[in-house]
Amino acid sequence: MSRMKSEDEYKKTKAFHFFRWLSGEKDPYIGNLEMKPQKEYITEEASIRERMRENQMVMDKVYNTKYNKWQILFRRFYRVMAVAFCIMLASLLLFTVSYLPPTGNASNPDNNEVAERYIEKGVQETGAVNIVTGMILTYRAFDTFGETNVLFIATCCVMIMLMIEDAELKKEEVLGDRRFEPKNDAILQAAAMILVPVIFIFGIYIILNGHLSPGGGFSGGATIGAGMILYTSAFGFKKTQRFFNENIYKVTKVSALCTYGLIGIYYYVTGANGIENHIPLGIPGHIVSAGIIFPINICVGIEVACTMYAFYALFRRGGL
Amino acid sequence: MPGQMSFVQNFPCFSIILCMFIGIISSAFKEKIARWLNIIALVVNIVLSAAVLLYTVRTGESYVYVMGRFPAPWGNELRVGMLETGLALFFCVIMLFCLLGGRHKLVQEVEEGKQGLYYVLADLMLSSLLALIYTNDLFTAYVFVEINTISACGLIMIRQNGRTIEAAVRYMIMSLLGSGLFLVGICMLYDLTGHLLMSNIKIEIARIVAEGAYRPPLLVTIAIISVGLAIKSALFPFHAWLPDAYGYSTVSSAAILSSLVSKGYIFLLFKIIYRVIGFEVFHDSKIVDILFLFGLMGMVFGSLSAIKENDIRRMIAFSSVAQVGYIYMGIGMGTQAGMVASVFHVVSHVATKSLLFISAIGLTDVSGGSRKFIELTGSGYRNKCAGVAFSVGSLSMVGVPMFSGFVSKLLFSQAAVQNDGKMLPTLIVLGISTILNAIYFMKTVIRIYTPVEEGEYPTVEWWSNKIYASVLLCFVVLNILLGVCSQPIVDLIESGLNIFA
Repeated sequence: MSRMKSEDEYKKTKAFHFFRWLSGEKDPYIGNLEMKPQKEYITEEASIRERMRENQMVMDKVYNTKYNKWQILFRRFYRVMAVAFCIMLASLLLFTVSYLPPTGNASNPDNNEVAERYIEKGVQETGAVNIVTGMILTYRAFDTFGETNVLFIATCCVMIMLMIEDAELKKEEVLGDRRFEPKNDAILQAAAMILVPVIFIFGIYIILNGHLSPGGGFSGGATIGAGMILYTSAFGFKKTQRFFNENIYKVTKVSALCTYGLIGIYYYVTGANGIENHIPLGIPGHIVSAGIIFPINICVGIEVACTMYAFYALFRRGGL
Repeated sequence: MPGQMSFVQNFPCFSIILCMFIGIISSAFKEKIARWLNIIALVVNIVLSAAVLLYTVRTGESYVYVMGRFPAPWGNELRVGMLETGLALFFCVIMLFCLLGGRHKLVQEVEEGKQGLYYVLADLMLSSLLALIYTNDLFTAYVFVEINTISACGLIMIRQNGRTIEAAVRYMIMSLLGSGLFLVGICMLYDLTGHLLMSNIKIEIARIVAEGAYRPPLLVTIAIISVGLAIKSALFPFHAWLPDAYGYSTVSSAAILSSLVSKGYIFLLFKIIYRVIGFEVFHDSKIVDILFLFGLMGMVFGSLSAIKENDIRRMIAFSSVAQVGYIYMGIGMGTQAGMVASVFHVVSHVATKSLLFISAIGLTDVSGGSRKFIELTGSGYRNKCAGVAFSVGSLSMVGVPMFSGFVSKLLFSQAAVQNDGKMLPTLIVLGISTILNAIYFMKTVIRIYTPVEEGEYPTVEWWSNKIYASVLLCFVVLNILLGVCSQPIVDLIESGLNIFA
């Protein structure tokens, strides 16, 4: 025996919401989503005037273009010379390239013993099926350590440029951050809810399989970083800070780089002094194999993910 | 040979990695700990470099250090000789002095929370300089050139005002242009020779030149690499980024940039000339003549710009253009003697220019922070310590005997006399440039020692800032030592260059 639902009860069900939405009577997101009519950004008249006055002042004092004939002449000369120089450099380089050995020729100088050993003995010597990863993380490990440090120092520079220390300023910045974008965008949040875990898992997969398939620390770390950026733009910084704040950022970044450095120095010193290597290479093709490549890939992945997210956070609001 | 290595041979690798480690770790700490870690890193590096220097002087030859398990053409390697370790030791010492001497200004000029990052940048800058000095692999050199460029930008813009940010952007654009050209050059070299290791490239290039193949690309490659490094080390027509970058950044940065960063690139060029292209091939290409010409022009025009300048920091910065011109002139002579003179001038300029920058800050501080000459009148009496140090630096730059600048000018003239084709222009321009140097440096020294009536500015005692005064004292002693006992250093450079190739 079916029981009739009362009007009030029926209005709470999902079916009612669905049919109401279908007939176009009510938008379910009203009330949940902060909606603002899209307005064109209008600059205030005073600031336009101020800007024009400043521009005029600069024009008068620095590049006195209106009255200074030499300045006009120099500017024209400069533009012509700049274009001419670019054309000259481009044609010089093209001309040079025409003299270089043709691509794909078997007798080219770069098809020598170096590439031969990488390809023929790479798997056996490094334990990595992916020769590229094997090459950058064992044969040329020092370069890659330098490259990871490039990322680290780039974050330091962006911090110098954009980091806001003052608590009050930071508050204003957070408020200003929401000026052009609605808060709690339900569509974005729903999409992020599904996508972010998948992106994270895919990133981890790329990192862990760096020595088996295309990928590795750099690409996997970039994927994870992109996932974190998606999460932050959907749910805001407050929710991200629950699991990734400045202290956690510092600890993960420093420990990843230090682990890399320690593995690196162990590898360089034992290699240079002819001491036996105690890190087993494992069986090529297995997930835990390839000696130092596996842990280094994880360290690089963490560092790259931190860097990507830190760039986004610093540019967005001047702090993590 | 692996297995028979002495423990000392590991030190170059240790010192590079140590700097990186300290840089990474100090990013997690506050300013005070970062500063102490930085000092520890520098002192340990000085000790390590001194040990390696003693070792290499005793054995009298350079050795190769394999970075990892795989030997030369497959893996990375360092190559260590007397010249490299000597410069590494010298650079560490100068960096320590620069950071100590500019510390009180750093505290004033940089935001509180960001002072720790300054030391992170300085540590990584040092590691990249050491790697550039020691590496024997072109691509490793490129990676560390990148670190060097980025940290130099950071060092410029950490004093956040409009001028320094503009200067940093300009520096970054010019410097990236230089890096780009250098990278294109490396790619072409790899295409022509199939190697990235310096020694192997040299063998292949010797073969190519003997066969007479690939002449145009080889010439373009040499040109591109030289121009790329010339842009980064501010050779005359490419120096537009320099005055702002050195003139407005905080004083330690200015001293480090002018004395160490540009010299790192110049040393890389030496390395490329000797180890990659080969001295003979480089000499036979006409690029040396162009570098020679640019060097001469830099010596004159850099000094002329410095004379016109009304701002003491910018004047010293323009003087760097002239001094870099000297170094390139020595390279451009294309003889061993010219190279020795250039390397010695690198050393002497490093010691003198950092002294000038750091002493100038003492003079401007007692003149109400103004850098204009009119305000600086009599500042030598108000801060006696900085005044004396500035005078010593100026005398050294002009080339008065007893100071380091004299020895390098003497070496340049000796090299010129041995060189038939380039003797006359070198000597004439050397003379003109010395007179121009004397005009602007002596003008400044006379200005700071012109007595004024008791004015509104305070007078500072000799030892009021102990660290600053002792750093200046060390610099003065270093300059006089280089000027008086130059022969052992010249001998070291000569024997270092002989085993450099």
